[in-house]
Amino acid sequence: MITSPDRASARSGGTPRTRRRGLSYQRWDELTGYLFVAPQVLGITAFVLVPLGLIVYFSLHEWNVLAGTFTFVGADNFERLFTDQKLAPVLQATAVFSTGLVVLNISLALLLAIMLNRRSRAMVVYRTIFFSPVVVSLVAWTIVWGFLLQDNGGINALLATIGIDGPNWLREGPTAMAAVIVVQVFKNVGLNMILFLAALQGVPRELEEAARIDGAGARVLFTRITVPLISPTILLTFIITIVGSLQVFAQVAVLTQGGPGTSTTVLVYYLFQQAFLFGRFGYGSVLAIVLFLIVLVLTVVQWQLRKKWVFYEN
Amino acid sequence: MRSAKSLSAVGLLAAAAVVLTGCTAPEVEKPAAKDVELRMTVWTSNEDHLALFDSIADEYMADHPEVISVTFDPLPFEDYTTTLTTQVGGGQAPDLAWILENAAPDFVASGALAPIQQTLEGTEGYDFSDLNESATALWKSDDQLVAYPFSTSPFVVFANDDLLAAAGQPSAAELLADGKWNWEDISEVGSAVNAATGKAGFVIRDFDYTTWDNLASIWMGWGAAPWSADGAKCTFNSDDMADAFEFIHDAAFEQKSMPGPGTTADFFAGEAAFTVTQISRASLLAEGGFGWDLLPLPEGPVGEYSMVGQAGIGVLAQGEHSDVAADFLAYFTNPENSQKLAQYFPPARNSQLNAETLAAANPVLSADQIADVVVPGISTGVVRPSHTNSAEIGQQVRSALDAMWVADADIPAVLDSVCDAVEPLLGN
Repeated sequence: MITSPDRASARSGGTPRTRRRGLSYQRWDELTGYLFVAPQVLGITAFVLVPLGLIVYFSLHEWNVLAGTFTFVGADNFERLFTDQKLAPVLQATAVFSTGLVVLNISLALLLAIMLNRRSRAMVVYRTIFFSPVVVSLVAWTIVWGFLLQDNGGINALLATIGIDGPNWLREGPTAMAAVIVVQVFKNVGLNMILFLAALQGVPRELEEAARIDGAGARVLFTRITVPLISPTILLTFIITIVGSLQVFAQVAVLTQGGPGTSTTVLVYYLFQQAFLFGRFGYGSVLAIVLFLIVLVLTVVQWQLRKKWVFYEN
Repeated sequence: MRSAKSLSAVGLLAAAAVVLTGCTAPEVEKPAAKDVELRMTVWTSNEDHLALFDSIADEYMADHPEVISVTFDPLPFEDYTTTLTTQVGGGQAPDLAWILENAAPDFVASGALAPIQQTLEGTEGYDFSDLNESATALWKSDDQLVAYPFSTSPFVVFANDDLLAAAGQPSAAELLADGKWNWEDISEVGSAVNAATGKAGFVIRDFDYTTWDNLASIWMGWGAAPWSADGAKCTFNSDDMADAFEFIHDAAFEQKSMPGPGTTADFFAGEAAFTVTQISRASLLAEGGFGWDLLPLPEGPVGEYSMVGQAGIGVLAQGEHSDVAADFLAYFTNPENSQKLAQYFPPARNSQLNAETLAAANPVLSADQIADVVVPGISTGVVRPSHTNSAEIGQQVRSALDAMWVADADIPAVLDSVCDAVEPLLGN
């Protein structure tokens, strides 16, 4: 690469020479950089920072949409958090959903990736099959599963052929939550599988061969060689799966509408109910802040814990 | 670090620009009267309905050059009220909107609707006094009409006579003639149909074990109501309501005359012997599909009764052109156009609530069906229950009633829990 004398002097700390007209090369470089990041900065400002600020603003007000009134209520909406008897079951349902989803999704994705980490044409077909739900419309996917999970739907018809009287999946608390989790796992497991597959293919063969020569069995090979080497990918999938699990909405809205009872009313669905169904935009904003803080804390905790178990980050 | 500071500065500047632009933008002046564009949100996407609305709007615009367009904006029925209120909250309120009866108390009490009575009364040839008193009751604020009840549709029973015959059961007309047109006998016949054919007995359309207020078409037959007449006290746990839910539960879990939770059956696809729904669903009957009949709601322990569903058209107070919108509404619902709309939406005008007008407008129904079922249903029907804060009350009831939909439900305990859930909301 050819380096111009002006740029070289700027990098070495010398006095930058000004071009005869317009900006110096250093200023020009800086401006180019700002122009490159400008779309992202503007996007984040308009669609993340400003809405975040507005959420805090709304949380201090009560907004009656139909009457067209917008009243400052101070911390009233935050105080409601402590008297809302529905919030504890909602947080519990959210925790059950997130835990179930993360454990099932990561385990299944890793298992599939290990099974499909072979050079064969058949493996390519299987990878495509497992990845294809990721690109299917979420709502369409959920509606189809909604039909399959009806009491007289396809799943129970299949179970009946082997003599099993299936439960009414979406109408009983425990099975409803399990159904929502499994539908979401099948939808997105392909994405984590591909990430794990890419990580597994990056594990050097010579390390595995050396371990085998040293007498390592399959279990030791996996726990002592493979897992440490793909630990950055495991961290990444954990973070994106947990964050995604806390934002689940469409599956609940389509499959159960939060029922039976409130057994599948997760935090985002509850937020939607409060703000958009019941017209409590102030309290809905407070719940959005709670969700933001939960996601933030979990992400920071995972990021800090990585020092204990994530290797080879660079 | 300098870069980080610079980036932060850029971000803050951009944020400030966005906020300040929003705050200091000059107020847009209302368009001149000659440029009025009206928008009405509706929940129908039926092409015939929309074509009729467009034709009425075209006639209006021909006489009112200041209105350059009238758009009928179909929104999905399932989320209609939520979408509408979101549009209002987002500053995109339509000029006119259809309003469901369960949302009527919220819209009327909040002042979201502009008064229209003066405009309707002042419109030449409108004949305001022709409007049915009971049909307009739900749509008044301080004794002033704030929405026009454009559809007053009775709940009726459609029967699939072919399916009844296939199951060896009497036809609907025979049941009526034999004095067996009551819920107990309907459930018995439905149970026999289910046992013989595997198809459903009777279906409360759109109930699906979530839209619980549709069960009012049954519990009214037991003289039950969800809350007191003034709306202040929950009566879900009354003896009448418990008896009604005993019947419903028994039909779903013992007699199997009604599809259980999570089981779907579409009457209009030939999958059920009877369905309870609004008369406007007659349009779903396929030509040459199956032999059918139309009857009033079966008798309950309290005898004969009828229920109507309503829909109103209101002018949004937050809309840009409420005066013009009210004028258009007066044209849209004048006697001539009301008669045109009657082919799809039973009218609220006394002069048009007769068999001749309705028969001319409803080719699917016979004159006898209209005279025996539709007209009495409209004139004596009680409006489906509604209350302010309907969305939250509806959600609380649905959530508490979920415990009812298992085989071994403790019915009185579940109904008590419903009242525990909604009582604090009714008081507000």
